Amino acid sequence: MTKGRYGVHGGQYIPETLMNAVLELEAAYEYYKNDPQFNKELQALYHDYANRPSLLYYAEKMTKDLGGAKIYLKREDLNHTGSHKINNVLGQVLLAKKMGKKRVLAETGAGQHGVATATAAALMDMECTVYMGREDTERQALNVFRMQLLGAKVVAVDSGTKTLKDAVNEAMRQWTANVNDTYYVLGSVMGPHPYPAMVRDFQSVIGREVKAQMLEKEGRLPDVVMACVGGGSNAMGLFYDFIPDKEVQLIGVEAAGRGVNTAETAATIARGSIGIFHGMKSYFLQDEYGQIAPVYSISAGLDYPGIGPEHAELYDTGRAQYVSATDGEAVAAFSYLSRTEGIIPAIESAHAIAYAQKLAPTLPKDKIIVVNVSGRGDKDVAAIARYMGVDLHE
Amino acid sequence: MSKIAAAFQKQHKCFIPFITAGDPDLETTRRLIVAMANAGADIIELGIPFSDPVAEGEVIQAANIRALAAGTTTDKIFAMLAEVRKETNVPLVFLTYVNPIFTYGTEKFMAACQSTGVDGIIVPDVPYEEKAELAGLCRQYGVDLIPLVAPTSDERIKMIAKEAQGYVYIVSSLGVTGVRQDITTDIAAIVRKIREVTDVPAAVGFGIATPQQAREIAAISDGAIVGSAVVQIIGEHGENCLEPLTDYVKQMATAVHGVE
Repeated sequence: MTKGRYGVHGGQYIPETLMNAVLELEAAYEYYKNDPQFNKELQALYHDYANRPSLLYYAEKMTKDLGGAKIYLKREDLNHTGSHKINNVLGQVLLAKKMGKKRVLAETGAGQHGVATATAAALMDMECTVYMGREDTERQALNVFRMQLLGAKVVAVDSGTKTLKDAVNEAMRQWTANVNDTYYVLGSVMGPHPYPAMVRDFQSVIGREVKAQMLEKEGRLPDVVMACVGGGSNAMGLFYDFIPDKEVQLIGVEAAGRGVNTAETAATIARGSIGIFHGMKSYFLQDEYGQIAPVYSISAGLDYPGIGPEHAELYDTGRAQYVSATDGEAVAAFSYLSRTEGIIPAIESAHAIAYAQKLAPTLPKDKIIVVNVSGRGDKDVAAIARYMGVDLHE
Repeated sequence: MSKIAAAFQKQHKCFIPFITAGDPDLETTRRLIVAMANAGADIIELGIPFSDPVAEGEVIQAANIRALAAGTTTDKIFAMLAEVRKETNVPLVFLTYVNPIFTYGTEKFMAACQSTGVDGIIVPDVPYEEKAELAGLCRQYGVDLIPLVAPTSDERIKMIAKEAQGYVYIVSSLGVTGVRQDITTDIAAIVRKIREVTDVPAAVGFGIATPQQAREIAAISDGAIVGSAVVQIIGEHGENCLEPLTDYVKQMATAVHGVE
């Protein structure tokens, strides 16, 4: 079996033009991940710039309201730039700098990864271009302007469904054209090796912190850790340190869109089949001829027809469970967390909150659930108002 | 000798046009294959349309969309090829992303290639490192697995060429498919590296559109592959593309065949 495999999943299914760049990246990452100076600089960025460690907050009102398991929220929404995406981006842009690259490009769905990349590029003096589906530029207009304020160029992608998948396609095309001087900052635990492993490593700070914080607060490990899953980077970052702790249940929450049994869904594990796309073997939403399906979710960040290969393996082996929440459930959870705890979550993270609302009441009060609030919801306020039929007179 | 090898044994360099199967419909594709073969195409590359053609520029992306909108499927392409084979023996090569093969069932796909007389496949998202995904079944069903080398391949060229079957597809330029004014890569140097390790021919594609470009490329390699310029004509003329495309193929084949 070739490199970067998770069971049968993963691999490096990319054009020959990119192979040397990916091999160069792999070698650089293998070197720098063990380099004390690199790690010192990254830790400094995490602590002094990105506001890490993020809080682990006991959601007492939510716990009491639901009447079951004790709920803790991992507050990735409090990171600089407002989501977990900064963890990965600081690592990758620092790596790009060490590799002598002057330009970075990135894809983005909700815009959180694009904003994080634009931020790191501004900080580390890199030229930055972000590819974003035209539809996403419209539903996340605020993030487009944020990226521009940060000095990045935002390119709206008009192909396909004009969403995250198409932004990845275009980013890969542009990387192929500019591979000699450009670093591709992939935003999730997907794509060709080494991206799934590298992004997971940079995001694994989430789970490491949760473990330490939980031991400090409760003197034991949680019973359940859960997070939303599109490509799956915030979930993988939360899960990774808990994989050997078999007593900790890992739950990923996919976006069901208008329902897992409708065509308008992005629930890859629930409805997908094994395939090879965007550099990796994994599960994808596709037809019998391998045409990738036009997926849908209210959440631009989860609106993706695949899932990272390590998640596919965690699913195959049964180590993690994957469930889903609909648009309606996510919007209700968005409002619920806002009113109950005074925390407006990203609509992506609201999918995880929605499932926590279902799960917590079924568990006894001595059980502990950790839910990753992967991002804050300011970016979603206008879209949620539209969904609810509220006219904001923007 | 395979049909591909025989094509390169001719007394002239090869002209290899590419079209997307089902663009604008499969009946037109069937007629185009026969017409291009009669007009001097030595080998024909046939794209299987894909929803997300990551290695393609705008022209061929649009062809993929047209073909899929016309209801083209892998099964219908094989059925069309069975008809084509009643009319021409021209070597046929599929250019397809790996997911349509993998999801169809790699063995079922290769068996269908064998029975409809598809001589080779080019799969842009299966690099050397992942070729085990296809190589065993390609060999079993007599389908040449044609590798690509790129301007960035450098020291990988020999490793790739050594195991090549059919021909080596030299990608002339960085980036996606599409017509280019100038090709700046040192193609001759890549061809030399390939010839150090294999007798398998080397054909060049990406960016070639004019008879002059094709002549220059053929002079330093074994053949010229032309995709976007061909597909552009289909895009402009739709079902009525047969005549203008035949003229273009004649002109390009004459240019390539005239090269010493």
